[in-house]
Amino acid sequence: MYDFLTGPVLWATFLISFGGLIVRAVLYVRGLDWRLDRVAYRPNLKYGIRGGLRSIVAFLIPFKARLWQTRPGFTLIFFAFHIGLLVTPIFLEAHNVMLKQAFGFSLPAMPTGLADGLAWVCLVGGLFLALRRIAFPEVRIITNFYDYLLLVISVLPFATGLIARYELGAYDFWLCAHILSGEIWLICLPFTKLSHVILFFLSRMQLGMDYGIKRGGMKGTDMAW
Amino acid sequence: MPEGILCNKTPIKTEEQLKLTLADKGGKQYYEELNNLDVDSDKLWASIQATMKSRTKTWLEICAHCGLCAESCFLYQVNGRVPEQVPSYKIQSTLGVMVKKKGKVDNAFMQMCMETAWAKCTCCNRCGMYCPHGIDMGVMFSYLRGLLYSQGFVPWELKIGAGMHRVYRAQMDVTTEDWVETCEWMAEENEEEWPGLEIPIDKEDADIMYTCNAREPKHYPEDVAEAAILFHVAGENWTVPSEGWEQTSLSMFAGDWECCKDNVLNVYSAIERLRPKRAIGTECGHAHRATVIEGPYWAGREDGQPPVPYIHYVEWLAEALRTGKLKIDPAKRIKEPVTLQDSCNYVRNQGLKNVTREILSYIVEPGYFVEMSPSKEHNYCCGGGGGFNGIGMYRAQRNMALRKKMEQILATGCKLVIAPCHNCWDAIRDLEEEYKIGIRWSFLKPLVIGMLDVPEHLRPKDEGEDE
Repeated sequence: MYDFLTGPVLWATFLISFGGLIVRAVLYVRGLDWRLDRVAYRPNLKYGIRGGLRSIVAFLIPFKARLWQTRPGFTLIFFAFHIGLLVTPIFLEAHNVMLKQAFGFSLPAMPTGLADGLAWVCLVGGLFLALRRIAFPEVRIITNFYDYLLLVISVLPFATGLIARYELGAYDFWLCAHILSGEIWLICLPFTKLSHVILFFLSRMQLGMDYGIKRGGMKGTDMAW
Repeated sequence: MPEGILCNKTPIKTEEQLKLTLADKGGKQYYEELNNLDVDSDKLWASIQATMKSRTKTWLEICAHCGLCAESCFLYQVNGRVPEQVPSYKIQSTLGVMVKKKGKVDNAFMQMCMETAWAKCTCCNRCGMYCPHGIDMGVMFSYLRGLLYSQGFVPWELKIGAGMHRVYRAQMDVTTEDWVETCEWMAEENEEEWPGLEIPIDKEDADIMYTCNAREPKHYPEDVAEAAILFHVAGENWTVPSEGWEQTSLSMFAGDWECCKDNVLNVYSAIERLRPKRAIGTECGHAHRATVIEGPYWAGREDGQPPVPYIHYVEWLAEALRTGKLKIDPAKRIKEPVTLQDSCNYVRNQGLKNVTREILSYIVEPGYFVEMSPSKEHNYCCGGGGGFNGIGMYRAQRNMALRKKMEQILATGCKLVIAPCHNCWDAIRDLEEEYKIGIRWSFLKPLVIGMLDVPEHLRPKDEGEDE
């Protein structure tokens, strides 16, 4: 089972996931329409790129955008959750051992303690994100089952990974569950709202281009995000 | 009854239909007919498929339902923070559902959408600045308005407003003759006080072509005179076109895109006919948005720019003060706490946040200018934007919306508010009428004229001799 999950299934997963995300990105850019969006992207590309990058950077850095400053508690949890979600799988020692076996190279591995910590951050962060959906009326009204499902899909690899790592149950079972849940997460990326892993950048870029070209950028004033 | 006599899917195209609709006081019959108006689902869905491309689709799809947009919306804030006023909810429950159902929606749903699009959003675009994914719900509501308009679901006043623009190419029944006469009248009326004052009509190759808001010739022609006086004192070589002088667009508020295009092309053809070096619009926010910011796209101009540089009045005024074309008598500067209303339509939507402050640095005694909080692109809508001011059916909601601006003004402690935007000016006037907080409000033109240091040769003869 392990060999199967880390062999053909993993390859198929990568193909679908990363291939799918590339397709999403290409479709997004091709679907931009200067006339309907009312943004002259092409003739003013330099202004657009400048505005787009400013827009991405403002929201990528904690506490840079005004939004992040107005909600410090949320900002902390939100960034911790996302950093844990992205950093842990990439720099986990066990993952890099597999990378080394398959391709003969690996990324620097992080200490196990840090990896454990980050995984816990993801679980606790995910829990908070779920709780605020219940607690705050302004979030509850727009929350549906799908939002919880995506949260579960996103934290499941961490939950199963920790169980396997602490050897709380049958190791082989939890290891396979961990791999499978990770693969489910990866496959979900292009087909669900999780596509924001790529569309966040494109959507922010688009609005930034709008501001960089039409809404002030060409007048020499930068949007104070 | 699928289509009413007044309320239907056909825009008002004739003077006769316009008068008929206007005669329906308060839209009584119009709104009764609205209750029976059918939805053409096939047309609606075809329209969505043709115009909803990746930007809007993605916005609807990737909304993370995080609710961070809630607090950015002044309507959410002033309406007791009810969750139904969360921008994300407002757009998902209207446009979002319409798309999910592939246009198969009923009359009740469309009426709910209409109320949401015109009474729960002023298209101020503030939420777009606070969404981590860069989702601008104001843009989507503007899009939704277009869909609703095409199906006949639009407030009575805006059906008429767009009709005015279609019939008269102006938001009010001001004909070319009316306009030309008003200009001549205003020039004559003020000639004594301002010797040599002219309002040159259709002068070719001038440095400046001036355009305005139909309300000015219709209701306060002195505004046209004030513009003339300031150009005159500044020694500008300027003109107004007899055709294509009106730059506002109630059709933009209504979502009548075809009419928007027609009107802006009318202004651009005046530019092409008179060949001015540049064009300048009056102290109006949405007029600038329509003619200068969005207009080039309606007109299909690939570079997104009007045919010649087209600036807002505040840009010209700042320039005239900076270059010394207009001089302020320091003794006459404003010496009381004064605040400034940043108009969404040219501040958030074109970044003109510094020029207005530059103007204030000339006309306000240092230390007396108080910023609203928040200000510049983070400022809140006046409460009457996007057509909200003019819709009788939503007056109660509009009055509630004014409360945010009232709180902001009260917090500054100022009794004078400078509002270089017709919509903001109206909203602030109405807010004083409604809540009586003891404030005054003004455009820039009359303030500046009152404190001008007029060169000797431009003063009336006898006054010059007296001094």
